[in-house]
Amino acid sequence: MAFLEYAPAPESASILNLKAQYGLYIDGEFVDGGGEVFDTISPATEQVIARIAQADAHDVDRAVAAARRAYETVWSRMSGSDRGKYLFRIARLVQERARELAVAESLDNGKPIRETRDVDVPLVAAWFFYYAGWADKLEYAGLGPNPRALGVAAQVIPWNFPLLMLAWKIAPALAAGNTVVIKPAETTSLTAMLFAEILQQADLPAGVVNIVTGPGSTGQALVSHDDVNKVAFTGSTNVGRMIARQVAGTQKKLTLELGGKAANIVFDDAPMDQAIEGIVNGIFFNQGHVCCAGSRLLVQETVHDEVVERLKERLSTLRLGDPLDKNTDIGAINSAAQLERIRTLSDTGENEGAERWTADCRIPEKGFWFAPTIFTRVSAAHSIAREEIFGPVLSVLTFRTPAEAIAKANNTPYGLSAGIWTEKGSRMLALVDQLRAGVVWANTFNRFDPSSPFGGYKESGYGREGGRHGLAAYLEASGWDAPAGLGSASAPAALVTAPAAGASGAAGAKAAGKPAKKSTRKGAAK
Amino acid sequence: MTRLSVPKTYKLAIGGAFPRSESGRTYEVLAADGGFLANAAKASRKDARDAVVAARSAFAKWSGATAYNRGQVIYRIAELLEGRRAQFIDEISRTEGVSAAEASAQVDLAIDVWVWYAGWADKYAQVAGNANPVSGPYFNLSVPEPTGVVAAVAPQGVTGGSLLGIVSVVAPIILTGNTVVVVADETAPLSAISLAEVLATSDVPGGVVNTLTGSPAEIMPWLAAHADVNALDLAGAGSLDGSSGASWVDLQLAAAETLKRVLAPVAGVPRPALERISAFVETKTVWHTKSML
Repeated sequence: MAFLEYAPAPESASILNLKAQYGLYIDGEFVDGGGEVFDTISPATEQVIARIAQADAHDVDRAVAAARRAYETVWSRMSGSDRGKYLFRIARLVQERARELAVAESLDNGKPIRETRDVDVPLVAAWFFYYAGWADKLEYAGLGPNPRALGVAAQVIPWNFPLLMLAWKIAPALAAGNTVVIKPAETTSLTAMLFAEILQQADLPAGVVNIVTGPGSTGQALVSHDDVNKVAFTGSTNVGRMIARQVAGTQKKLTLELGGKAANIVFDDAPMDQAIEGIVNGIFFNQGHVCCAGSRLLVQETVHDEVVERLKERLSTLRLGDPLDKNTDIGAINSAAQLERIRTLSDTGENEGAERWTADCRIPEKGFWFAPTIFTRVSAAHSIAREEIFGPVLSVLTFRTPAEAIAKANNTPYGLSAGIWTEKGSRMLALVDQLRAGVVWANTFNRFDPSSPFGGYKESGYGREGGRHGLAAYLEASGWDAPAGLGSASAPAALVTAPAAGASGAAGAKAAGKPAKKSTRKGAAK
Repeated sequence: MTRLSVPKTYKLAIGGAFPRSESGRTYEVLAADGGFLANAAKASRKDARDAVVAARSAFAKWSGATAYNRGQVIYRIAELLEGRRAQFIDEISRTEGVSAAEASAQVDLAIDVWVWYAGWADKYAQVAGNANPVSGPYFNLSVPEPTGVVAAVAPQGVTGGSLLGIVSVVAPIILTGNTVVVVADETAPLSAISLAEVLATSDVPGGVVNTLTGSPAEIMPWLAAHADVNALDLAGAGSLDGSSGASWVDLQLAAAETLKRVLAPVAGVPRPALERISAFVETKTVWHTKSML
């Protein structure tokens, strides 16, 4: 056996006990959907894993009604400590079934078992454990002495971290006292179905969490439903825009976690061994299917050649193949459609004049695969420097001065994340101040933790997930009393602020939206 | 013998200067009793775009100033407002048709609102920020930063609000380092322009607060759709019902195209509140690696 050649070490899929078909999870039970049942396949083999029910508008309606009922009759009346106990139970059940969930996720999504086992699933448990403890401490969240739950939360999540995104959405929503209707991505519903079984084991009251599977139209029916109070979405910026339009003029509270085109900035004094590993982790982790991926490498000109050489060397040692093999570094691309998008954008990169290098690795015959690829000689105007590729493709640009690095890093409508590699602490801190990004990793990349807020600037969306800040997305601030003398007793009645536009219910835009004018002058024409 | 007075020409405030509208348009501002008060500039799309350029240019310096410095500048606004109260009482009582005592009470409140927000400048990050206990060898810190350029609608036609309204909107926006383009109360814009004169002499750098007079229904759609505006404060936009131009829902729809942060309309004058500061900040979280010893 040659150097760095390993014998296959597949994780056994026999730990799974999958059903041939999964229904929707509504009001604590699996039920049939009104839409056409669809297959979920393994992107590594293109084989059908299970059949998944499709929710139509009527099913979404049922799910929202169940969530509303559970909110009114059970969840909003339960003590915070009891809500917390349910979340602790869920965290423990996830830990108990961790390996099973990791295998199912790798099978359904195509990501390596090493990642699902060591990153995704442990973080899922950590997320529930973290937010469980908040449930009876909401008055300490910085939102006033008596923050209130919003009601029913509609949540739509992507396919890149199926179960982890579910946890990011459900854990804070339930801790804050909301009930949930969540829609997994069409290609990755499987672990959500296993999670529904966990909810049954936890004996979570029926209707507190409802899971509706299906395509984009299911999600659209969900976010535009009149009886939801909160919409949370993670996915593409284009769909985010559409949702922002749908929610405009309603009372629904909205948080969006959208695309990114992160700069990963490497200075000539960077700790180079760590930097190379960090760059690789930044863009090739999860096949580059990461919204905060370090897809634009900004290298100081003096070390450009060294960095690129070492990257190529390192990428040549990555193993691409069976996601269930414990030695696999690069798994399958999640879908044929995504593979097509990566190919198209990469071809565009080549056509626009960038220089393409692809790691020499064997591509399996079946399934969707894309070998790790680096583009050098990339300019800021190239498509591959501007558009989110969402695949294992790195664009390398150069800079000379810190000012140039900042200008190039910020030259994007996105603002989700960034990375800085330098041993000079003072320069790193100064740079951090200038980067318009919601998460900055200094001498590391792609770290996530339930206590650490995550979310973007600009067109990467708004709101934060994780940490104390993540609670604000699911609570209405009670506010503190206005300062004495400023708008309380001593202020003229006309100045006392009424609640924001049409505070009752989530009825249609213009009808409900118009705030009552407390006092309006007459006369005074134009 | 009475002296013939020298009336003021009310203009826009953009980038530290006081230009007329590039369109050459004006509109009559009338007193509560219907008498003529002034010809205010009727800002155009071009004026709004110029104001955004000015606000963007001012952002780096203002957001880069120390919080202590911003706090002192904002406090100084209160000081100068105090010194010019007679002028504001006169303008308020004539435009709103209220007594001098009521106008005086409004000026008091406006001054006190500046003072209240001034004190937040170097404390807000402590209240909104967080040290995060992540599982790993990282020093992890979340801090609030200003969102960028905010376009705002001052409360429209609120009795007791022709000065207090715009102050209550602008103060929480700028205190964290944002810059603002604010559309004044259409029918009572005089105090807003006089306030701009106070700001210009209060060490507020030019371009931090840009004040437009005219029709919010006409001007706001351009600002809501402007790709270099990061957020909208629709405080006074509730009265825009679409009967004469854009409604506030139209503005929110336009804002969705560039994913602007939007603060919903309120009735009356917004009360001083931490939430108004929080609406226009971003949370930046930084992971600093700790080395092994």
